[in-house]
Amino acid sequence: MSKEPVVIKKKKEKTFKDIVMEKLPDGGNLNACLTCGTCAAGCPATGLHGMDPRKIVRLAALGMDEELKKTPWAWLCSMCTRCVYACPMNVNIPQLVFNMRAAWPREERPRGILRSCDVALGTDTCSAMGFPVQDFIDVVEEMLEGVRTQPGFEDLQAPIDKQGAYFLVNQNSREPGTEPEEMIPLWKILHMVGADWTYSSKGWAAENYCLFLADDDGWKEITRRAAEAAEELGVQSFVNTE
Amino acid sequence: MESIIPYYARWIREGKLQVSSEWNKNLKVKFTVQDPCNLVRKTFGDALAEDLRFTLKACVGEENFIDMNPSMSNNYCCGGGGGFLQNPYKEERIQYGQKKLDQIVATAADYCISPCHNCHSQIHELAEMAPHHWHTLHLWTIICLAAGVLCRNERTYLGDDLREVNIPEWDETEFL
Repeated sequence: MSKEPVVIKKKKEKTFKDIVMEKLPDGGNLNACLTCGTCAAGCPATGLHGMDPRKIVRLAALGMDEELKKTPWAWLCSMCTRCVYACPMNVNIPQLVFNMRAAWPREERPRGILRSCDVALGTDTCSAMGFPVQDFIDVVEEMLEGVRTQPGFEDLQAPIDKQGAYFLVNQNSREPGTEPEEMIPLWKILHMVGADWTYSSKGWAAENYCLFLADDDGWKEITRRAAEAAEELGVQSFVNTE
Repeated sequence: MESIIPYYARWIREGKLQVSSEWNKNLKVKFTVQDPCNLVRKTFGDALAEDLRFTLKACVGEENFIDMNPSMSNNYCCGGGGGFLQNPYKEERIQYGQKKLDQIVATAADYCISPCHNCHSQIHELAEMAPHHWHTLHLWTIICLAAGVLCRNERTYLGDDLREVNIPEWDETEFL
């Protein structure tokens, strides 16, 4: 942080904190901080780049917007919400951090997250690995062939786009993408309990990097596609498998 | 929108999912569990954390489960969430994970169940740096092992100690 004294401008301008407060229910209680430090004491990101959650709230309270919008700490906090869970005043620090991320020009946000978000948006399956519909169908069929050779699992089903199934099950791209045999234990469990379930060909990917990118339109779009798949199939329950 | 974890617990309670911890009665392999922030603290709360523990204990035996401290909604994030795995700050991510590493080491568990892909990746990586190595598993792996239906080629993440434990008698696959 700067060694220069903090100069508070005479004219009252909207600070970053004011703008974020307008977006949050109860303003995220961002004015309620008692500076007790409970947040910082229980935060694994405390100390990284000399920052911690309490300092973040202080920067916001003091209107030190340039520091707030620039610090890479926005990407070192995982928005795990342990701070607000512990906070006696319910100060919504993770939402402040989300908005700090959103204040970065999109193209300057971490490339890995940006790419995963864009790839998912450009793929029907919403897979951050860009795993396309046909490849998903193929890998599920290939794995099915193997598991059906096992006694007790000859009739195992892993349906895709089964109308009216009870459960719509999602799947992280990592399984079909890099370790498809990891899907089998899940299928076996669903088979043993007699669950009526299906994957959807579109929007099955469980990950949503647009959320981490703080790209509101993007994460809404990913979520919308998954919700639409559930509606089109007429399922009763959307089940997250992680 | 639901999580599958309360269903696992429910299916075990209803007898639809028949698991047994008998395989671990003499082995006494120790297990701990990570509470994924998005599932526990941020969405379903301690009710899900309880179902997660119920499921795991049914599979490995109550006496072989060692909880982290702190745990459930008060557990620490592992450092794999929020996009950390896809951003360029790897050194910081490992530093962040130190708290999780210390927690797991303190349990002295041989296995850490991580029912979230971000947690799984991060905790798997942290194990490489730990003075006491542990193995990182998805929950479904241990459920199938305890149900006696986990084949050799589905044991990628198991350690040598569990590669031949409770293998289905008909299994002719080979360890991957």
